[in-house]
Parts: sequence; structure tokens; C-alpha cells
Amino acid sequence: MMPFTTLTSLTMPLIRDNVDTDAIIPSREMKSTGKTGLADGLFAPWRYLDAAARTPDPDFVLNDPTYSGAQILISGENFGCGSSREHAVWALAEYGFRCVIAESFAPIFRNNCVRNGLLPIGLARAVPDELKSAIITIDLAAQSIQFGEQLLSFEIDEEAKNMLLEGMDAIDLTLKQKDAIQNWQSNDRSNRPWVYL
Amino acid sequence: MPSLFDKIWDAHCIADLGGGTALIAIDRIFLHERTGAAALKSLAEASRAVVDPSRVFAVMDHIVDTRPGRGDGTLMKGGEAFITETRAACHAAGITLFDVNDPNQGITHVISPELGIVLPGLTLIAPDSHTCTQGAFGALAWGIGSSEAEHAMATGTLRVAKPKTMRVTFSGALKKGVTAKDMILRLLADYGAGGGAGHIVEFTGDAVTALDMEARMTLCNMATEFAAFSGIIAPDEKTYAYLKGRRYAPDPLPDWSSLATDPDAVFDHEIAIDASSIKPMVSWGTSPGESVPLSARVPQEANAKALVYMGLESGQSLEGLRIDVAFIGSCTNSRLSDLRRAADLVKGQHVAPGVLALVVPGSSAVKRAAEAEGLDQIFTGAGFQWRESGCSLCFYAGGESFPAGSRVISSTNRNFEGRQGPGIRTHIASPEVVAASALAGRITAP
Ligand code: SF4
Repeated sequence: MMPFTTLTSLTMPLIRDNVDTDAIIPSREMKSTGKTGLADGLFAPWRYLDAAARTPDPDFVLNDPTYSGAQILISGENFGCGSSREHAVWALAEYGFRCVIAESFAPIFRNNCVRNGLLPIGLARAVPDELKSAIITIDLAAQSIQFGEQLLSFEIDEEAKNMLLEGMDAIDLTLKQKDAIQNWQSNDRSNRPWVYL
Repeated sequence: MPSLFDKIWDAHCIADLGGGTALIAIDRIFLHERTGAAALKSLAEASRAVVDPSRVFAVMDHIVDTRPGRGDGTLMKGGEAFITETRAACHAAGITLFDVNDPNQGITHVISPELGIVLPGLTLIAPDSHTCTQGAFGALAWGIGSSEAEHAMATGTLRVAKPKTMRVTFSGALKKGVTAKDMILRLLADYGAGGGAGHIVEFTGDAVTALDMEARMTLCNMATEFAAFSGIIAPDEKTYAYLKGRRYAPDPLPDWSSLATDPDAVFDHEIAIDASSIKPMVSWGTSPGESVPLSARVPQEANAKALVYMGLESGQSLEGLRIDVAFIGSCTNSRLSDLRRAADLVKGQHVAPGVLALVVPGSSAVKRAAEAEGLDQIFTGAGFQWRESGCSLCFYAGGESFPAGSRVISSTNRNFEGRQGPGIRTHIASPEVVAASALAGRITAP
């Protein structure tokens, strides 16, 4: 996984609440059992006037050339709600996004972001207007967003921060605790034998 | 003073990872063909094995066809590959699979309880957001993504940020014709689709204990629509009676009596709802929180995008709105009791002309039980299609959908734009409301 340290990029505003994973990548766009080939289906219901013919809707922000190359998406409350499909994160990442700033995130989506090197920044308040359609710099170690002369700090839990900073694989990290896991399990087998089938 | 959640959490905590995150032991894993093949393939590519395959289960429910006489083929382009690849991956990993025509096949969250796979006090995860349904059994059951499913299979654990706790107390008695579906829609309408964000929600109160296990599952099912980490209900005699003798349930059942919230437990957040004030509900918008009592009107301050998508105006009444399709199914409301209540309403009557009506049982076992009681005859006699079990048109996989632009009254859990197909307008409600509306051709109270 690619580490996330700092990022300077233009932000793309998609200011809506409850952007769900069916909208981020509809099920019909998940055409194979793999994790790739999804960018083209990103936001398909809003991005295309005719999804089958791939006719772009000029009014949708993703089709606005002003924002080409933007790596930061900005949205409203409860971003990524709905289906647990990790394809939503894979599609955003494959398209080129490295960070989503929202007022809040649905929990499964947020975890999926962290597992794939996409930084979820929850602001817990309305996104300031100056952040929208602006070039900003995010520094994860410092937990700061710089825009113009201003500096805004954000919260993120230690675990997510470290994983993103180091680009660590969670499974490798956990397997370092193999002994603790095995000890726990052998105790548990005698306490709750009925759990083990 | 721990809550039920705290007890399960503490019992499964292997290590504190700092910053509010813990390494949590996972007792059961459930996969389905929509996301299961991806997780298993990626695990195999990394040359990692499933540590304890006997506690991992998989089922074909999402993409599998629900038309009679089905095989591996689906109307979704490329859908068959999800089925065959999941099958191959499960066999290679030694995972128990309930295959397309297995007598135990059905929607994950319907068959897991039916088979006694979910049990009180367990941790159970699935790469599916409605895993919270299974919290109705006093288990800590939650939805995850594919990467976390891989992690759980490879390590028997997950790294979990501890959620905050919330208690939602429904007191008093429900009025006749009001169901668990209306309880959860009322909660969503009052507190919003983000209202439970970051919380594990314990449902309690006499209106909750009065519910049977199937209704409790309906209530917990939509905890994810509340943005909650999950929902949970303390187990009781009803829970034990339901689980006794199920295929994977221990015999005798262990003593689970300590699995309850202590009287002096403190929650981060409390919500109280007077159950007697709840009315039959229906959604009007494109988020489940955009719901109102059936007798109410579309709110004045309604979100404009949702109104345009749904073809509605502020102030418009929902009752009497013409529908094209009536759908009874999904992990929310497709169990035997749901089908019985709907069948009661349609018995001897007929679906309104021009309305497409379908019933999709939640599991093959539900289907057999319903047929043994003659419910299938009641439904088909009334003009409903009677399908094989699966998720079916609860969501649009890219194959089957409803006629373009249809207005659908649906017993499902999501009314997102396009959820049931491009341009489809979904109104979610209880199976009773769906059945009554199918007969009237309009949104109607039962
Ligand atoms: S029935 Fe619908 S909500 Fe339930 S698991 Fe299937 S697709 Fe998801």
C-alpha cells in the first residue's frame, strides 16, 4: 500500500449529504471479481447521462475540466453510507483520489479507506468554503490542512494514522502478535469449547 | 456496570493496540458471492491461508438468479463468474458453502440464524453491511469490507476502533398494524441517517422484548442505515427457544444469562421513543432517513435533489400515490412471519391491474415452510410472482430490474437512487404496507 505523508492538490467539491456506495460505484459497474477496472464506473449514475453509452453529464463535477487531476474530494455528512463494497474505495483510488474530506463518514467505508491508502478526513462540522475548489496541502503527520494563509487541524485515530503514514499492511502488522493470538485462542478453547466447530 | 456490548468486547479483546483500537477475536465469518470471491482470491494471491475454515461460511445470495429453475447463469452480464469463482475459492479454502441449489441456501442474514451459526455473545463479521441484522441474537455482528474479511480469515482477528455506545429504548406497546420496520424507520426519521454514526446501538425496552426473533432481526437490520457500527439486543428465552436444535448451535445451549447490560451501565448516548406513538411508515426520498408516517405529507423542507429523483413535490401526500411495482423480500422482511402477515392481507384478493408484484423468500427453508402452509398459493393466486430465495431485486446487480422509471413499494432497506435499477423510485415500508399497496395499486395503509 502506498504511504500517505503529504499531499498538495486541487479539491473537487461534491457537496451532498449521504453519498452512498451505490452512487460511488453501482453494483452493475462491478463487472469482475477483481479490484481493478472500476474507475470508469466511478459515480456512474451522476457522471453519465446514459451510463451504457458513457455520455458524460456536463453538469457533474467529475466532468468539469477545471478539476482534472484533483486528488481530493470534498463532500458532506455520512459519506460512503450503504453497501460495504470496498469497490467504492478501489474506484476512487483508481480514478486518482488520495483523500476524501467530509463532515462525517460511514464506518465501514472509513475503514476501507484506511486499508487502501485513501485518507478519510472527517471535519465534524461544515466544510469551510475556502476549502472547496482550492489548492490545499495536507500533512498527515501534523494532522493539518493548509489553504492560503490558514491552517486547519483535523482528528484521526492513531491506528489509522500510522497505517496510512507507513503504508502498512494490516495483516502483516497483526501477525506480529501471533503468540498473543494463539494464547488467547487456547484459553478460549477451554472456556468456550462450543465456539469451535 | 458494563453494557452487553462491553462484555462481549472485553471477552474478545486479545490486545490493546492503543488509541482506542483493539485486536478483537472473531468467532464466525460469513461470505457471499458478491464480495467473497474477491477476498478469497486476494488472500490466495498473497499466499495466505484461512486459519480456521471450519468457522467460515459462504452462500450464494446476491447475484444468484431467483427465477424458478435457476442454475449458475444470471441475467447480470458476467454474473456467472462471481458464482463459479466463489465456489472454486471456497472449495480450495475448505470453507462450508451453501451453494445455489443447497437446501440451506438463502440470504446470509436469514440463514445464519436459521442454521444456528450466529449465537449470543459471539463476534461475527461478514463483508456485507447488513450483518448487523444478526445482532438480534445478542451477538456482536458487524459489516466490514473485503480487506478486513481477508484480515479476519488470515488471522482470526480484526483491528477494531472501539465504537461509542448508544441505547435506544422503545417503551410501551405498538399499535395494531405497526411493526419492527416502522420502529426503525421512525428512529431514522427522527434522528437522521447519520444519527447513530460511530455507535453500537443496543435496542431495548418492553416494545423490543415483546418482538419475536424475526421482528428483532428486522429492527437490527437497519442499524447500518443509521450509520451505526451495529445493533444488538440482549438474548432472552425467545432467543434460546429459537436457537435450540439448530444445525450449528451447541447442544445443550450454554448458559448465556450474563449477556445483559448491567442496570447501572452508562451509555455515551440515550434515545427514548414512545412505541405507542409509532405509525406505519414509508420513505419518500432517497435516504432511509427521509421517511414519514404513511398518513403524513412530503415535508416542506424536503431535499430538492431527492424530490426530483422521486418525482414528488413538498406537501404532496404519500398515501394514494400510484405504484408500478410491489416487492416483498430482502434480509429486512422476507422471513416466514413477514410472508404470513402479507399473505393474510392478500388472501382471496388480486393485485391491482398493471402492478408487477413479487415475493422472494429470504431463504430456501423459508420458501419450503411457506409452501407447506400454502402461502405460495395465496400469493400466486393474488397475482404475485413466487421466486427462489436470494437478494433478488433488493438491489440492482446489472441484470434484472423493474421497468424503467417504476415507482416501487418495497419491503427492503435502501431507497438510494438507482438501488433497484437506473431511475427506479423506491419507497420502503413494512410487508403489510407493500401487500396492501399491491392490491390498491397505490400506497395504502394495511
Ligand atoms: S437482501 Fe438486500 S440488503 Fe440484504 S444482503 Fe441482500 S442485497 Fe443486501
